[in-house]
Amino acid sequence: MSTVTAPVSTEHGHPPASQHSVSTFLSTYVFSKDHKVIGLQFLFSTLLWFLIGGLLALAVRWQVAWPWSDVPVVGKLFAQQGGQMSPEFYTMLFTMHATVMIFLVIIPILAGAFGNFLIPLMIGADDMAFPTLNMLSYWFMWPAFIAFGASFFVEGGAASSGWTSYPPLSTNVASSPGSGWGQTLWLIGLTFVGVSSMLGSVNYMTTIILMRAPGMTMFRLPMTIWAMFITAVLQAFALPVLTAAGFMQMSDRMFSTGFFTPENNIVNNAVAGPGGGQPLLWQHLFWFYSHPAVYIMILPAMGMVSDILTCFARKPLFGYRPMVYSIAGIAGLGFIVWGHHMFMSGMNPALGITFMVSTMMIALPSAVKTFNWLGTVWGGRIQFTTAMLFALSFVSMFIIGGLSGIFMAATPVDIFIHDTYFIVAHFHYVLFAGTAMGVWAAIYFWFPKMFGRTMNEFWGKVHFFLTFVFLNGTFFTMHILGAVGFPRRLADAYHYETFHHLQPMNAFMTYCAIGMVASQIIFAVNFFWSMFYGPVAGRNPWNANGLEWTAPSPPGHGNFDVQPVVYRGPYEYSVPGVEKDHLMQTDPPNAAAAAAAASAH
Amino acid sequence: MNRLGGIFWGLVFLAVPVLGVAVFAVAPAINVWLPKDISAHGYQIDSLFYFILALTGVVFIATELLLFWFIWKYDAARGERKATYIQGSHTLEVVWTIIPAATLLFLAIYQMNAWANVKMRRPDMPPTVEVVARQFEWRLRYPGRDGVLGTADDLHLVNDLHLPVDEEILVQLKSMDVLHSFFLPNLRIKQDAVPGMKIPVWFRATETGGFDIVCAELCGWGHYKMKGRITFVSRPEFDAWLDRKYSEQEATQPVAEAVGEMAVR
Ligand code: HEM
Ligand SMILES: [Cu+2]
Ligand SMILES: [Cu+2]
Repeated sequence: MSTVTAPVSTEHGHPPASQHSVSTFLSTYVFSKDHKVIGLQFLFSTLLWFLIGGLLALAVRWQVAWPWSDVPVVGKLFAQQGGQMSPEFYTMLFTMHATVMIFLVIIPILAGAFGNFLIPLMIGADDMAFPTLNMLSYWFMWPAFIAFGASFFVEGGAASSGWTSYPPLSTNVASSPGSGWGQTLWLIGLTFVGVSSMLGSVNYMTTIILMRAPGMTMFRLPMTIWAMFITAVLQAFALPVLTAAGFMQMSDRMFSTGFFTPENNIVNNAVAGPGGGQPLLWQHLFWFYSHPAVYIMILPAMGMVSDILTCFARKPLFGYRPMVYSIAGIAGLGFIVWGHHMFMSGMNPALGITFMVSTMMIALPSAVKTFNWLGTVWGGRIQFTTAMLFALSFVSMFIIGGLSGIFMAATPVDIFIHDTYFIVAHFHYVLFAGTAMGVWAAIYFWFPKMFGRTMNEFWGKVHFFLTFVFLNGTFFTMHILGAVGFPRRLADAYHYETFHHLQPMNAFMTYCAIGMVASQIIFAVNFFWSMFYGPVAGRNPWNANGLEWTAPSPPGHGNFDVQPVVYRGPYEYSVPGVEKDHLMQTDPPNAAAAAAAASAH
Repeated sequence: MNRLGGIFWGLVFLAVPVLGVAVFAVAPAINVWLPKDISAHGYQIDSLFYFILALTGVVFIATELLLFWFIWKYDAARGERKATYIQGSHTLEVVWTIIPAATLLFLAIYQMNAWANVKMRRPDMPPTVEVVARQFEWRLRYPGRDGVLGTADDLHLVNDLHLPVDEEILVQLKSMDVLHSFFLPNLRIKQDAVPGMKIPVWFRATETGGFDIVCAELCGWGHYKMKGRITFVSRPEFDAWLDRKYSEQEATQPVAEAVGEMAVR
């Protein structure tokens, strides 16, 4: 089977012969039900949106560093304003930057791309439980792509009330131009992303519960799969609330229902809505989803990083069960901490105390995970591959993001730093320096399985080095900017006495951000070049243990040429008495014993 | 770059704690740090900030140094040693669960008092002034000569908040249209203004002078320019200022018209 070279071979028995004859380019690559193709579709789409989101970020950074100066390259778009960006356009930029990054990049690249590609391969299944649903989960992303993309071009422009869309700003057109069609499209897009996530999450849960290979007990699952499983559970329970809230907001906007509009709400000198609602209600519903969502945006990366760290430290994962329990703990606690986004919102301050305590407690499983990662590297035999460097940097950067969370969890301190750049620093350390670095680790690590070739290691390391340096240059300084109280989401804050001296520091950060985005050119070239010209990888280029490494690279339709049978956990690296430094999950016990006997002679 | 081993990458990771600490060490010197605090309660917030900074700083330095040390020491290029086969340690798990749990719990309980002081122990007094946020200005309303808010003789001003120093101030915060946030960096005060709600905010300034009022919650395209000034003066000066503003208002408009001006009750 090592001769399989086409990404998807239709010669593998199923689909049945009747379908076989109509298997065309369309059914193989476009409307494919093969989890690997769907995973790659998600990967390419999300990487493309990553680029768009990154460019939006640069435009935001441009305005923050040099407010009202002529925007380079795209300045022509602002011809009416003489090449400057208007403040309303600025609000659209940061709204859509966050929206794209969260809903079109991080969530779908983790669950959609890696969840799809890895789950069946790592548990030894030939595909997902519901291949058609799986295909739909990708295609439901397209209405969202179109809605978010088109919103820039409608009257009033794209949504402009932040990714959090707090009413009444988001519900009342009179309050903001982007709250017209832009916001409607935003809500439509959000709904479709939700449908897509829900279809995916039902599929992942079912597949992981029902389709594990013989011998693959729950406690033999790799951390990636545990993380994907718990993430799917989080999605399934949290998402309905956001969807319902989205419909309520839509109904407030379209049918003047007033779920979120209070009595006597006067916007732009006109009474708005029928009243009787509560703006805080939206915040509760939104964060009831969106706090768990921040874990949806990092748990899979934590799982993948755990697998990569063990492989290149050639060591078992330190504390497998504590790692599983802490993910479960994060997920459980994740449902009772949403109020920490609302300490200053006008919510009862006594309630703030309970959310403060639960938030303090959620830092605990994160700490346990960090210590276990350190334990995993300790005493290892570290191979500095690009994937490993990204995985190590995930640990290093997550420490920063986790620790800054404690400042904000402390309600009195949050009084000062809420809605400042301190928050921006925090979530970029967990989401960019954490999750995005974890995603790069995963791309370099599983690329050989996806395309049968390895990426260039030299340029991979250059990419790592530059990204690592520039990201810290951009985001670390945000902490001290936040310590001054520098507010987020301001098109120009330098007219305040308190902030007028901060422009040079912001310019420095923008230079770093430009460097960071530019470094991704190296990644993009390496990615596409390696797809076609990289060195051909065997089945198991990294000498890893998981089931996916027993399949051909890339695996054909149906994944495995022989049904894998699992005899051990995924982290049997450097087992004493065994000559090989790793035992794959499929290596039978007697083979290990034989190998041990052989090496004893 | 392919042959660079643990030594080089170790140093790259070592740069994180080294430069990280350097940034925080330099920040106060270059004035990119907590702005001057002129409030009676602010020291509680600032000292908590420093306490957490010290605590997280120690954890940050310790964990990042460990990571550096492991990267440096356990480089595969250093000899043909096999990795240590170890699957975990019950004792260590217990230790590194209990210690952070106790620390976090302590932190949670320790800070409650400061929070209660700023947000829960509302002084028993009538509001000194009402602040009504709207796109994109701060509308101010003083009780006027009768000392009662919401009567015909209220004094109306925009963006220019004057208050007496060394006295407990109670602001009644409202919003007319969308969310805003009343942020006083130098007084360590932040509170969202929510349409439909009256939210009390209290503080006491210990120094005279003029300071920024910042809007900290996105409120539309003009959010960035929703700036006010808060000026603390001595009691006699404050009374004189109030008198002057009051006569100015009476001169420009009869009291009855001022009533019509009241947009939100
Ligand atoms: C150690 C655990 C963590 C704690 C204690 C923590 C605490 C907090 C708190 C209190 C806030 C609200 C701050 C404010 O607005 O004033 C916040 C915001 C945020 N956190 Fe965390 N956090 C933790 C981990 C994470 C992780 C792992 C992620 C994502 C992967 C994350 C993503 C975010 C995001 C995106 C926001 C900002 C949302 C917004 O306002 O736009 N946090 N965090
Ligand atoms: Cu949260
Ligand atoms: Cu504002």
